[in-house]
Amino acid sequence: MSLDTAPTPPQERKQRKLSEIEGVELEVVRASSNRLSLLALGGAAVLLVLLVVLGLNPALALVAAFVVYLGVVFVAYRNTAGPRVARDHVFRGLVGAAFVLAVVPLLSLLWTVVSQGGPTLVDPAFLNQTMNGVTGLQDQATQRDGAPLIGGAYHAVIGTLVITGIAALISVPIGVFTAIFLVEYQPKGRVSQVIRFLVDVMTGIPSIVAGLFAFALWAVLFGIGTKNGFAGAVALSVLMISTVVRNSEEMLRIVPNELREASLALGVPKWRTIAKVVLPTAASGLASGVTLAIARVIGETAPLLVAVGYARGLNVDPSQGPMNTLAVYAYYMFTKPLSPGFREPSLDRAWAAALMLVLIVVVLNLSARVIAKAFAPKTGR
Amino acid sequence: MSATTAPETPPQQHGKPTKRPGDVLFRGLSTASAFSILLILAGVAIFLVSEALPVFGADPAEVTGGEGFVSYVWPLIFGTLVASLIAMVVATPVAVGIALFVSHYAPKRLGTAIGFVIDLLAAVPSVVFGMWGFQVFAPRLVPFFTWLSDNLGFLPFFETASRTGRTILTASLVLAVMILPIITAVSREVFLQTPRLHEEAALALGATQWEMIRTAVLPFGKPGVIGGTMLGLGRALGETMAVAIILSPGVFTWNLIDSGNITVPAEIALNFPEAAGLRLSELIAAGLVLFGITLGVNLLARWVVNRRAEFSGAN
Repeated sequence: MSLDTAPTPPQERKQRKLSEIEGVELEVVRASSNRLSLLALGGAAVLLVLLVVLGLNPALALVAAFVVYLGVVFVAYRNTAGPRVARDHVFRGLVGAAFVLAVVPLLSLLWTVVSQGGPTLVDPAFLNQTMNGVTGLQDQATQRDGAPLIGGAYHAVIGTLVITGIAALISVPIGVFTAIFLVEYQPKGRVSQVIRFLVDVMTGIPSIVAGLFAFALWAVLFGIGTKNGFAGAVALSVLMISTVVRNSEEMLRIVPNELREASLALGVPKWRTIAKVVLPTAASGLASGVTLAIARVIGETAPLLVAVGYARGLNVDPSQGPMNTLAVYAYYMFTKPLSPGFREPSLDRAWAAALMLVLIVVVLNLSARVIAKAFAPKTGR
Repeated sequence: MSATTAPETPPQQHGKPTKRPGDVLFRGLSTASAFSILLILAGVAIFLVSEALPVFGADPAEVTGGEGFVSYVWPLIFGTLVASLIAMVVATPVAVGIALFVSHYAPKRLGTAIGFVIDLLAAVPSVVFGMWGFQVFAPRLVPFFTWLSDNLGFLPFFETASRTGRTILTASLVLAVMILPIITAVSREVFLQTPRLHEEAALALGATQWEMIRTAVLPFGKPGVIGGTMLGLGRALGETMAVAIILSPGVFTWNLIDSGNITVPAEIALNFPEAAGLRLSELIAAGLVLFGITLGVNLLARWVVNRRAEFSGAN
């Protein structure tokens, strides 16, 4: 703040040294080999085994071994190749660690879901029965006396299919036609800017807010507290439309303009050009985009909890009363077991439903990739 | 082809395009769809407000907590913000690390495979994350929490440790795992867009790989990372089921490693099925507040991401 320190004159700033540039330090780099880091890695592995054998918490042992590894690598390379190389190796280690850190929970989660849910998922009772009339007494018998499991998720599977299907029927036409509007009719201009902005806003709607919206809409239309499958489908559509629009827009955009122009030059009306040239060319991309959008909403719990409610029995009519879906079923079975004293059967059902959801999502994701690859338009060039 | 088309239209008169019914229909349909988005968003706002309205006119004593809506909702908002901010702070460095690993360290094949795995992480339903967090993750954290309260117990955040691990910190860490994919995806995208010449120039000047990343990749990708982080924050703010299952809810507390606190979406999910009357309005109003917060965060994020387009013309 003192007055006598004048700001640096521009001439001096020009003569700034290379060493003052952020992120660069001029130090000598000497030749080195990767052997050191491999040695350190080996050493860290041995240390890890030792610590675990000594009875340290595995997670803690892993962290300790990793820190030791980083320290050893840093010291070793600083003495042989210079500090810059040492820093490079440390950050290489950190980046690798970040990757491992993300994979660990995923593997743990997949393993938990498969090991906990697998045995129940293949139980025919789980796939063929509903929870109608099943009470804590049956669960008690299952857990204590080893009686076969009674009560499954048949109704939840059907409910998931019905509600997600209706949601797809609502959002796919709206989404694809909006994309057509954005790409074919109004590629530029204020209107499409506003629409794109709104789609962005829509992407950010929390799923529970979508559920509250459907609930509130139904409350106004049909009386407060009306919960049914259609309300759930509307809630899911709010979440799904934005994904469909974004994916479809991207796909329509990469259709080569030459195709449109060739078609229009032959005198084909615009709508026919879109329907017969643009859409078929983009079909594989559109299909995979829709599949991904379905995968995104099929595991939604919160909006359905709010808008559809929970049914114990089979209900295939989305206009009549609560239905059940896999995600909500898993949630209820997990948090509110039928018999608080004998929770195992309920937890088994919850994990089986979770496994089924994960499988559905994985299959949808994979098939989206396969669709995009297999049916991609052949580029002649 | 020609057999199915409409009867030949007369030769066009100077620049006046003929209106075919198909064209009118198609244009109408796509315009209507585009505007239906506006309608839906307006609907979300209008219907939430209309159902939330009773709570604002209600006698403060009748609102849960007995002191009006504001004092009911602020602990919820506080819990939501704390959980999401912790998640964001934990997830961002890891996500940037993964993005760098995919874009600059791993071989290309491996990078694509990892990208798929991360997408998979994004696709796992939140209820499954919640169940995993409750059953597997929370118990594992108990020793860590105990250690924290033993050694750092003088801080208000770590006063007493939970025995079940069902705390707001656990929920935040699970949220961090859940928002990793989106931050990673956005960061990876911008890191891959770094001008190749910048990278090669840095390497040609003798920079090590980390120095190259530090001087060429990170400055270029910074706005993208910030935007991705805020998109992640937006997702964490609205995340419901994981928190609802994991957190053992309670009144507001500074202590992060014991039961207590609750987030807005979890409060709604836990209480909505049994709610009626004014309670319904209360929860819907809380949802409205959440909508407003996420809207603000997302808009800010979009703005930051889009602003990048202005100064990315580095080539």
